Amino acid sequence: MTTGGIRIKAWAATACALLCGVAWANPKPGQLNMPRGVTEWSERPYLLNNVALGVCVVIGVLVFGAMAIAMVRFRKSRGAVAEKWTHNTTLEIVWTTIPVLILVVLAYLATGGLTTFADTTGSQMTVKVTGYQWKWRYDYVEYRGKAIDKVGFMSRLDAQSDETRQLGSGLDPHAVQVDGENTYLLNVDEPLVVPVGVKIRFVITAGDVIHSWWVPDLGWKIDAIPGIVNAAWATIKTPGVYRGQCAELCGQDHGFMPVVVKAVTRSEFEQWLAQRQARAAPAPAATAPAPAKQG
Amino acid sequence: MGQHQDVYFVPSKSQWPIVAAVVLFLTVFGAGHWLNAEPGESGFGKTFLLIGFVGVLAMFFGWFRAVIRESLAGRYNAQVDRSFRMGMMWFIFSEVMFFGAFFGALFYARLYAVPWLGGEGHGVLTHQFLWNDYAAAWGANGGNGPARIGGSFETVPPWGMPLLNTLILLTSSVTVTIAHHAIKDGHRGRVLLFLGLTVLLGASFLYFQANEYMEAYRELNLTLKSGVYGSTFFMLTGFHGMHVTLGTIMLAVMWLRELKGHFTRDHHFAFEAVAWYWHFVDVVWLGLFIFVYIL
Amino acid sequence: MAHAATHDQHDDHHHGAPKGFFARWVMSTNHKDIGTLYLVLSLIAFFIGGSFAMVIRAELFKPGLQLVQPYFFNEMTTLHALVMIFGAVMPAFVGLGNWMIPLMIGAPDMALPRMNNLSFWLLPFAFVLLLSTLFLPGGGPAGGWTLYPPLSLQGQSLAYSVFAIHLMGISSIMGAINIIATILNLRAPGMDLLKMPVFVWTWLITAFLLIAVMPVLAGAVTMLLTDKYFGTSFFNAAGGGDPVLYQHIFWFFGHPEVYIMILPAFGLISEIIPTFARKPIFGYKAMVFAVASIAFLSFIVWAHHMFAVGLPLGADIFFMYATMLIAVPTGVKVFNWVSTMWGGSMSFETPMLWAVAFVILFTIGGFSGLMLALVPADFQYHDSYFVVAHFHYVLVTGAIFAIIAGVYYWLPKWTGRMYSEFWGKVHFWNSVVWVNVLFFPQHFLGLAGMPRRIPDYNVAFANFNMVSSIGGFLFGASQLIFLGVIVHCVFFSRKQALDRVWEGARGLEWTVPSPAPHHTFEVPPLIHDEDLAHGHAVD
Ligand SMILES: [Cu+2]
Ligand SMILES: [Cu+2]
Repeated sequence: MTTGGIRIKAWAATACALLCGVAWANPKPGQLNMPRGVTEWSERPYLLNNVALGVCVVIGVLVFGAMAIAMVRFRKSRGAVAEKWTHNTTLEIVWTTIPVLILVVLAYLATGGLTTFADTTGSQMTVKVTGYQWKWRYDYVEYRGKAIDKVGFMSRLDAQSDETRQLGSGLDPHAVQVDGENTYLLNVDEPLVVPVGVKIRFVITAGDVIHSWWVPDLGWKIDAIPGIVNAAWATIKTPGVYRGQCAELCGQDHGFMPVVVKAVTRSEFEQWLAQRQARAAPAPAATAPAPAKQG
Repeated sequence: MGQHQDVYFVPSKSQWPIVAAVVLFLTVFGAGHWLNAEPGESGFGKTFLLIGFVGVLAMFFGWFRAVIRESLAGRYNAQVDRSFRMGMMWFIFSEVMFFGAFFGALFYARLYAVPWLGGEGHGVLTHQFLWNDYAAAWGANGGNGPARIGGSFETVPPWGMPLLNTLILLTSSVTVTIAHHAIKDGHRGRVLLFLGLTVLLGASFLYFQANEYMEAYRELNLTLKSGVYGSTFFMLTGFHGMHVTLGTIMLAVMWLRELKGHFTRDHHFAFEAVAWYWHFVDVVWLGLFIFVYIL
Repeated sequence: MAHAATHDQHDDHHHGAPKGFFARWVMSTNHKDIGTLYLVLSLIAFFIGGSFAMVIRAELFKPGLQLVQPYFFNEMTTLHALVMIFGAVMPAFVGLGNWMIPLMIGAPDMALPRMNNLSFWLLPFAFVLLLSTLFLPGGGPAGGWTLYPPLSLQGQSLAYSVFAIHLMGISSIMGAINIIATILNLRAPGMDLLKMPVFVWTWLITAFLLIAVMPVLAGAVTMLLTDKYFGTSFFNAAGGGDPVLYQHIFWFFGHPEVYIMILPAFGLISEIIPTFARKPIFGYKAMVFAVASIAFLSFIVWAHHMFAVGLPLGADIFFMYATMLIAVPTGVKVFNWVSTMWGGSMSFETPMLWAVAFVILFTIGGFSGLMLALVPADFQYHDSYFVVAHFHYVLVTGAIFAIIAGVYYWLPKWTGRMYSEFWGKVHFWNSVVWVNVLFFPQHFLGLAGMPRRIPDYNVAFANFNMVSSIGGFLFGASQLIFLGVIVHCVFFSRKQALDRVWEGARGLEWTVPSPAPHHTFEVPPLIHDEDLAHGHAVD
């Protein structure tokens, strides 16, 4: 692939994102803004980000504009004579009050997003995520009221990325592709498979050091802390493969433990789950609560 | 001599700062090497640590001797005296904040970490998924966490030695105050008596504290390794004990200086600084007595 | 008479600096020499830390690992931060404070001159200790400058890093005590608190922050030490502790620390803009009050660095609101700087250029800071390159730009000679362009999903990383111009500086000769209010 090709694609992706605002599955070259995401909740950080950015741009234009005017008008070289005033009560009240009002609006929006995020009640499925140096483990705990036993697996960086990322491998990261999409460092041997349209609760912990589980398209990240369990939720709207990475420095291969979530339709998921349960049944392998032994 | 008072004393060049930096460096470099030494391996760490430590003592001796000479030569006017006072005051404040870190750890562990691990409030999922057989409690039954690190232990009953030590320190605060008044009255015999008494009280505090530690290790199985309870207990009481040791030594030095007639009715800041320090150590102990032993 | 009185106290007091190199620079008790030592150390650390950054940017130039192993990369990110924060930025401010505070308040020296020298000399040893770990078996610290456990406990070098931080902490605390005692006790008669230059005010408040939080950092890292070597369980959930506890204690230090690195910068800018606008600062008291309230708020916002650790909802909300509140006094400062310029008679010598760039670029860093405060959005931003962009705007184009502005501003006072205005401007324009090329694209990378502290990345992040690296190399190279300008000014410049170097400059430091003699204000000066920038502060 030529760099020119990449560039055209990048611009196309950017243009598309700016014009139609659709959700991207994965980071695109030249991507300028946060993804809108693919869950019911992920629009909130996206909108908040856009509103806050807008506010900042407006304030920036006003402040920097005033500065620019001052720097042009009040130059000594243009014969400006310094005035003596150092005070303006009205102005000072205005520029203390208006920011407060803006902050109240932002705080209102943010608080709404936060409370909905914190509410994991009503979930129909629970997945336990455990971070290890340097891989993720997924254990399916419960689906639609039924406990799931012995469905769990490690999810590691895919072999091709792993080979390519070695120092001096001489391999081209651009060559790491799945279905024409570059997945260098963003692909795993076995992704987390989840259904769309189901409120999934993730319970997240770690086995050694702190990691952080992040898929931008789900709209959040949350730390995986050894000995502590954090919870978050997502209801994915569209089927697809959503990629992310560990977001908390966790040692030398921190950059090489991607998160891949494959969202499929509910029936596909149920099929997949039944298959995994059948496969797990005969072999009395280690169970979910003791993942450390398999790490 | 009148003008003398108007000029701030700026000491000329001094070798003590660089000596101090070098010996402190030797101390911590030795300590670092010693901590990282393989078990059984002697290395140079201990030697450096020892040289550094002796060097620190020598440095303090030399530096303070220089200061005492200047003081006796009458070079410190009221303004210099104020600088010393401010220096000591803010040094004590920094010590308060240092203890604050450990008190903070204690409060957090008691009020949040342990209850959460036991499933209270924010810790429901942590308890459910990781530690569901842990019944949270502070002190003997649970203060060493769900893994019962360090094995079962008993706590030090507050109304024995700790109470005695509280009384000792409170008394010593009174005796040091009497000594201070005696200095202001120019009553040397009384100064030596009460200051000497304070030193003895400090030393007996340390003696009892050492006994308490031995009992904790031998009979109660309460050690530094007894989970977060043991950690906070020994860290707080241990750092306090180190401060009492330092305070006692400083008081003893003040006793010797009084014996040599260094202090006058209105020129005895060194004594006052040590007295402040002693009161600070006393107040910290009260905090310890309440939050570590009683509650 | 007063002079005669001093004379019998010191043999070498009135004869300028001590003769021997060792006696002058190692055994010094002179605030100017110690200030110079701090500034030189800071410059050296700036280039060491900068070279680490070059390694980082070179590895990130394109996808794939070309130069270093991931572990070494992590050592570089960790040490880059530690060296820049504790070695470059903080000592630079202490150096500027050392040099200028006594001159600005009419004091003969720092209040406790010997301790002042110890504060300095601990630092080189601390850095030798810290950097020597790179050459030890097991390598240097690689768990990030925040030393989060349990990861930091895996490092072999933990003890050395902890002890190095202890030494730096002792140094900072003693330095801060010295500054407080100097400002509160050594002001010349007539230099009321509310006539002090804003720089002195900001340093006074910063010193309180330092004394309050450096011991807390010392406590936090001490617990790391005992957790690793003595079997304590502070940060181990199995033993009833909590890894998050460390983060709370660390950031209780860490957020005020951020302001320790920016408040004196506010002070510098508040000196420079009025000088070159030839107009007194707008809202002097509001400026002082804003700094004080920012300092106060800095103690109750620490958990905004921890929104992703899974705090209880109430904590998230509290820390979000408190953090957003900081935007108000910060806004006041920016508006006041702009108002100072408005109606002035401005000229744009090099210090002013840096100050103007500071106001604009620091504000951009403030904007992204506000965005980061919004918790739901922070769930996306946190630990991404967006954060990297944010704090580099605040620390590089904020703190470091202000320091550079301050150096250009006072260099003629220190050396008695003018620096090259032409090369100063070349330095400025290169820096201001390349620093934006370096850091602005990092916003996009973070928004697109690139985590921080990774040595390699997906090809989607390639374009902006390459742009950023190019900006980084050129920004780094531009700093060599700075070095050149300083060396030229100190050793080769022939152009004599006036006592009042800048036409619009006000304040006591401009009433002493250039270069400032070895000893100044041995007898407190008579203060004429019109000499001061704020002698007639009315508001
Ligand atoms: Cu990681
Ligand atoms: Cu902060």
